[in-house]
Amino acid sequence: MKKTRVNSNSVLLLITIGLFAAMYAAGCVIYADKGFGHFQTFLNVLITNAGLICVACGMTCVMLTGGIDISVGSLIAMDCMLLAYSMGVKGYPCVPMLAFVLVIGIVFGFVQGFLVAYLEIQPFIVTMAGMFFARGMTAVISTAQLSITQKSNPQYYGWANAKIELPAFLGYTNNKGAVIVPFIRPTVVIALAVVAIIFVVLRYTKFGRSLYAVGGSESSAKMMGLDVRRTKLKAYVLSSFLCSIGGICYSLNTMAGAVQQAKGFEMEAIASSVIGGTLLTGGVGNVIGSLFGVLINGTINTLVISNGKLLSSWANIATAALLCFFIILQSVFALIKERKK
Amino acid sequence: MEDQILLTMRNICKAFPGVKALDNAEITLRKGEIHALMGENGAGKSTLIKVLTGVHQFDSGEIRLQGIDGPVINRSTLEAQKIGIATVYQEINLCPNLSVAENLFIGREPKTRFGLVDWRTMNKKAKKIMDDLGIDVDVTLTLENYSLAVQQMIAIARAVDMDCRILILDEPTSSLDDGEVAKLFKLMLRLKEEGVGIIFITHFLEQVYMVCDRITVLRNGRFVGEYGVAELPRVKLVAAMLGKDFDDLASIKPEGGETKSSEVVVEAKGLSHKGKIKPFDFMIRKGEVVGVTGLLGSGRSEMVRCIYGADRAQTGTLKMKGRELKAKAPIDSIKAGMGFLPDDRKAEGLIGELSVRENIILAMQAREGVFKTLPSAKQNELADKFIEMLQIKTASRETPVNQLSGGNQQKVILARWLCTHPDFLILDEPTRGIDVGTKTEFQKLILKFASEGMSVVFISSEIEEMLRTCSRMCVMRDGTKVDEIEGEMTQHSVMAAIAGGEAR
Amino acid sequence: MSILKKATKKTLFLPLMCLVLVLLLNIIKDPGFFSIAINNGVLYGRLIDILNRGSEIAILAVGQTLVVAASAGTDISVGSVMSLSACFCSVLLAGYGVNSTDTFRIPMLAGMLSGVFIGGVCGTVNGALVSKLKIQPMIATLILFTAARAIGLLLCNNQITYLRYEPYKYLGNFIPGCPVPTPIFVAAAVIAAAFLVLRKTSLGLYIQSVGINSRAARLLGINSARICFLCYVICGLCAGTAGIVASSRIYSADSNNIGLYYELDAILAVALGGNSLGGGKFNMAASIVGAYTIQAINTTLLALGISTDQAPVVKAVIVVFIVAIQSPVFRKWASSLAEKDARAIKEAAGA
Repeated sequence: MKKTRVNSNSVLLLITIGLFAAMYAAGCVIYADKGFGHFQTFLNVLITNAGLICVACGMTCVMLTGGIDISVGSLIAMDCMLLAYSMGVKGYPCVPMLAFVLVIGIVFGFVQGFLVAYLEIQPFIVTMAGMFFARGMTAVISTAQLSITQKSNPQYYGWANAKIELPAFLGYTNNKGAVIVPFIRPTVVIALAVVAIIFVVLRYTKFGRSLYAVGGSESSAKMMGLDVRRTKLKAYVLSSFLCSIGGICYSLNTMAGAVQQAKGFEMEAIASSVIGGTLLTGGVGNVIGSLFGVLINGTINTLVISNGKLLSSWANIATAALLCFFIILQSVFALIKERKK
Repeated sequence: MEDQILLTMRNICKAFPGVKALDNAEITLRKGEIHALMGENGAGKSTLIKVLTGVHQFDSGEIRLQGIDGPVINRSTLEAQKIGIATVYQEINLCPNLSVAENLFIGREPKTRFGLVDWRTMNKKAKKIMDDLGIDVDVTLTLENYSLAVQQMIAIARAVDMDCRILILDEPTSSLDDGEVAKLFKLMLRLKEEGVGIIFITHFLEQVYMVCDRITVLRNGRFVGEYGVAELPRVKLVAAMLGKDFDDLASIKPEGGETKSSEVVVEAKGLSHKGKIKPFDFMIRKGEVVGVTGLLGSGRSEMVRCIYGADRAQTGTLKMKGRELKAKAPIDSIKAGMGFLPDDRKAEGLIGELSVRENIILAMQAREGVFKTLPSAKQNELADKFIEMLQIKTASRETPVNQLSGGNQQKVILARWLCTHPDFLILDEPTRGIDVGTKTEFQKLILKFASEGMSVVFISSEIEEMLRTCSRMCVMRDGTKVDEIEGEMTQHSVMAAIAGGEAR
Repeated sequence: MSILKKATKKTLFLPLMCLVLVLLLNIIKDPGFFSIAINNGVLYGRLIDILNRGSEIAILAVGQTLVVAASAGTDISVGSVMSLSACFCSVLLAGYGVNSTDTFRIPMLAGMLSGVFIGGVCGTVNGALVSKLKIQPMIATLILFTAARAIGLLLCNNQITYLRYEPYKYLGNFIPGCPVPTPIFVAAAVIAAAFLVLRKTSLGLYIQSVGINSRAARLLGINSARICFLCYVICGLCAGTAGIVASSRIYSADSNNIGLYYELDAILAVALGGNSLGGGKFNMAASIVGAYTIQAINTTLLALGISTDQAPVVKAVIVVFIVAIQSPVFRKWASSLAEKDARAIKEAAGA
């Protein structure tokens, strides 16, 4: 009776990892002269995408239940704007403001989750309303381009520019003979911690397993005595909360606030999750895959930037194309599975 | 003897709007017995089970359980589970994306000291449960890796591990092959020895005789009787299920003078659909009424769906009036002159929120094409004509069709096909869930159409209904066309053919 | 009482009430709201402004209504597709990388029609993903939601292309000698075409059948997948048309701003029209009234000093409110409440 069939889900993840390796290798070959091969380039991908990693983790949790959260990009913009306005313009201290942002995330997620889980409104509609709400609130706070400077908040500035140096042997010697020590920023530590924690939550807690059960079959989960509604509510709260953490990372990276900030971020987060093997129909996926999804996304961006001549919208298009490809792949797998039955 | 009784349900009544689903139904389950609950479509089996497991609330009656004082009322399946009533449906209520072990333990996972899920203990425990029940699986693989039979056994294992005393198996075998069924039966017998009471619902007669101890038969929501397996031979069981109380309506079949036309309207050779119906031949002449009989799940619906092209045939050829018809979609069949009234009215027949008029003209409109809209005067005329002709009881022709009663909804769908003047009309259980008066109307209509030259295929769970209308019957069993009866047909001969085997 | 009850049951009641409410609010605030004047030979006034500016939303609402009805999902790519069609049109007319032009390389009409056509192409992609590959509508259209605008940016070489050719402005502004803004005519034409098609063909009946019960629709001879596909194509064409109008209005192709937030407006129009976002029966007239109501809200918000960037806050709240009221859970709760009320009244009467 024992069968070791090749699982279509692991195939998707393998494709993802393979794709990442291939893309990175191609980058190393084509843009060798621009230092693509240095370890720091890889670290830079992590630094730039720390926020996206947090958001993708939250997105994965929501998508596991079969839902979706497209409010994340706008929520990040709102967080960044709030931070930029309160610290950059008003000069408030940073710790309470960061706590405030996290609380906003929880409240925002609670409202969305309530509408989805208890009023049974389509998650897409709810979170789309959330997306416009948050984007509009950003403009309500301020329509100007704000930034946080060393002068307005030295503590926050210090955090943003803190370097955590890695062992020197991972670095390289530049043409002047100096050793360039690779470094990461605190945001990367936050992001990787989020990945680790969510990994544990998904694999080793009752809540995490309930997410999978709800996504696998909502009616079955109900029959087996799980509280489907509360699980969904929690998923949306978690997503918005992680999104706020991501917003803080994003803010630390950009130190700015603008209405049009983080536009299309929801798309990148969804794409990362999907590329990382999370099924749109729910029930399958994990954060490790999503991490790779983000890395692919980041590599595309780095490749586009390394080229120098390409417009940044190429990155958007490539991501959309990749998302399209993986969605079709999933759909084809699903059709094959159905036909087998 | 009395303390052996696990469960009694007495005088259970349950009405849905317009239908009395259960009318003094009852069942008695004893410790360590496998009890078959039998009945045709609409007999009230699943309603009875749903009342027991708390999916529906019953109107009157009493449920008593051993060890519990006073009557029991379950308000949800969870409540039912807590007092030891577990159900395993044909649609398995497990999560395909989780591992076997998780499916057994979700919601009550063993935890480590830190409050995290203890996978190792969980897998170990799961392995032990499976070994104890003699099911050989790798508990760490996801459920979707296993066949339906194994999934079902895992669902049973979960129920057993949660201390269930009463296990309800609702058509567990309908999608299993013989080997898998044997395994399932082994498990059932084992549970029986451990004292679990099992209610087994199936439409395969052989299986009843293979494992069951007792049979309770329901018909039209009423309790027909409880029998020991030995005292109820197959033919009698079929008779009990289908009922042989002929109503006193005189035979409405025209006497003798049937003019048998020689013109063949539809001829199918070797049509099949993998996993649903094995290759079959079929032929019908002009003005003929052919019945397709067999128990539910025997392939009777699948056969006509294949002819109509609702499920595209994978092999064989179909000729319509001498010309080969390759239907890619139902519209091709409609254009060739077919009509099809599906058995699941809600899911496949009605367009619920549209009006009676729209529902009636839709098929004709679809045949005409999107650009040739029927003028509204014509639409009204057609709708009025059929409302009058079929005596459809509706407030107006613009009433949404889902506000009509079941029988009238069915008439609307029939009217939809009559509009298109088909040469060949398939009626799959048109009389299900309809009151007796309307049933007779339907039968008369069928004969009238036939006399006007229409060829009709008629499927019904009630044999006498078909005896009265059909001149020939195809008999289906286990997805195969096994026989064709013509001429002298009696209730008995048809039932014997349906029951098959050595008619005990 | 009974007349009121009957009136409230009509599908058009809710959207019309909303519209009246918004207009009333305006007239209280500004008594001169309804005044219409002729300046320089063209009509001026708030009402004209609402009709004029509401054209794009009304055009989008036509397509969106069909998509919602047939697939129980929404096409969220319409705003981006508007932007793409404008950019495609401008790149054909002006050439790649041209910042500003007053001469066109190809006939203007051909360029505009190509813009509409590219909208149709986008609709084809969405339709194929939804009807053939059975992908959830909103996920499928999410792809173009991002990609279409990005492609538009690419076509315009990441800059705003100005089309300074007088006739190009006609479509989005005024035709010389005609006092009525042209977009009103365009919207009227699209609406008229929609009504003509729905009236003269059975498409509306087909779409409703597919939306309510696609399996039954297939069995009675309707090609459910094709109808669903067609709705997306129509929606794409509508988005293309709206994009050209929007581009002509500002006689430029501004990829970043054309059609921004319009997907929300289009969906809101459908919902405000009392159409269920769960698909099935639809009322086109109600959607269109909904569309103009939204423009009235926009204009009001603007008059209240709320900027375009901030307006989505209000609209998002309205969407959630409407959808929450439509939700089955809320309805069940409301009807059980009404039942309780009725029982209480009866009991009171009995006592």
